[in-house]
Amino acid sequence: MSRSLRGVAAIAGVGTFGLGECPGLGEFEIMTGAVQAALAEAGLTPADVDAVFCTSMQQNMGSLTLSEYLGIRPKFSDSSVIGGSSNLAHLLTAMMAIECGVCDVALIAYASNQRTISGRLVSSSRPDPYEAPYNPRQPITSYALSAARHMHEYGTTREQLAEVAVAARAWAGLNPEAFVRDPLTIADVLSARPISDPFTVRDCCLVTDGGGAIVVTSAERAKDLPKPRVNVLGAAMAHWHRYIANMADLTLTAASESGPRAYEMAGVGAADFDVVEVYDAFTINTIMFLEDLGFCAKGEGGGFVEDGAIAPGGKLAVNTNGGGLSCCHPGMYGMFPLIEAVRQIRGDAGERQIDGAELALAHGNGGVFSSQVSVVLGTDATL
Amino acid sequence: MSGQISGPEQTYFDHLAQGEFMLQHCGACAKVVFYPRAICPHCSADALEWRPATGRGTVYSTSVVRQRPEKGGVYNVALIDFAEGGRMMSRVNGIAPEAVSIGMAVVAEIDSSGETPLVVFRPADGGAS
Repeated sequence: MSRSLRGVAAIAGVGTFGLGECPGLGEFEIMTGAVQAALAEAGLTPADVDAVFCTSMQQNMGSLTLSEYLGIRPKFSDSSVIGGSSNLAHLLTAMMAIECGVCDVALIAYASNQRTISGRLVSSSRPDPYEAPYNPRQPITSYALSAARHMHEYGTTREQLAEVAVAARAWAGLNPEAFVRDPLTIADVLSARPISDPFTVRDCCLVTDGGGAIVVTSAERAKDLPKPRVNVLGAAMAHWHRYIANMADLTLTAASESGPRAYEMAGVGAADFDVVEVYDAFTINTIMFLEDLGFCAKGEGGGFVEDGAIAPGGKLAVNTNGGGLSCCHPGMYGMFPLIEAVRQIRGDAGERQIDGAELALAHGNGGVFSSQVSVVLGTDATL
Repeated sequence: MSGQISGPEQTYFDHLAQGEFMLQHCGACAKVVFYPRAICPHCSADALEWRPATGRGTVYSTSVVRQRPEKGGVYNVALIDFAEGGRMMSRVNGIAPEAVSIGMAVVAEIDSSGETPLVVFRPADGGAS
């Protein structure tokens, strides 16, 4: 017999720390800052945590390191990595563990200091023997190949890709935590330094330091904690490939599977969302995810984002924190769409708050359009 | 297990070192399997056999990587669909990197100039597919 995970767990606290540059701080020092902020929101301490989920670009047993660092002896621990969507996948696992009574309070955390230590995106994967000899700039070239194919098949334009970066920057201007906030125009994006055609550097996410953490517990327990609980109404994952040459259709991601499954669990459709936070490692991501997650038909994502449609004041609020393109991107960004969705649902998003936001989508992406995890969050009114 | 064993990955590169571009075909479902594997990802059969590639392909997507000269300069990276099925990342030579276009017909050759031999492509006569 299957039972639904809809609404069994809720997010009781979120925290960020050091988005931007943190010279002098290590990964777990940054992570601790985020954990302290998340636990403070939840009115809990490390002693209350009995499950730890953690990814790190430097430690493949991150949940052991973080638990040791904080003095936690968890009943459940998970350092699994499926790329930038890992922390959203952890949320799904935490829901199952909480529902089954394996744990009560789950802490999910991530941090990186890769801007400070290397200045570029760090990969922990073995170079692929079938791709590495051709010297693609990874992961940029993989996404660039996808963008080129999308342009070829659907007539998506360079300007439409640039619209995504411009919208993200406009949102970042409303977010004091965003790392890059100065105005950006389509002309700026097009004339920026070319990296891997069709992308210029402004089509690519930032490389920053920074950490994020969330505290998940049963919906029942979350009701009595200080912050309004943010209910997890749906969550689902899917992946169809690892490397870009094995992505059957470069214009179609497994988000087209994870999204509908998450919606089905939540009992919602794309048209119901007040705010949408998707993993925008590159400008093409936002366009393809808007298609694959049902906000427009396949091939219409470029037209959808035109004329500021996803910028502040547009027809759909997308990546309201500024996204990986302008807020932060410490290597794996998946934690941050989740945190921004929580803040929007609670009404804590300051100048960029979407009035009356009740239902939010947070979507994570890992690898090269590889692993996809969709999460539906809502207020108590949406239960 | 003892002695020298060559798995599919080693076998593929050994073939290239001998000047042969070989692809796996599944004896059960007849599909081409690339990259080389121990079992067929389409039907799970372990009946994969090596056959010479036709070498004919079509550009599925293409990018121009723009590095500083000391890091390789400006060069092409493309995904090539094989005529017999299957797809690989590669490079199209013999033409400006920007001139490589989606749908272009290409033919394979083995570039043995580097540390390990590599399959690269050049435009087929006329370049049209």
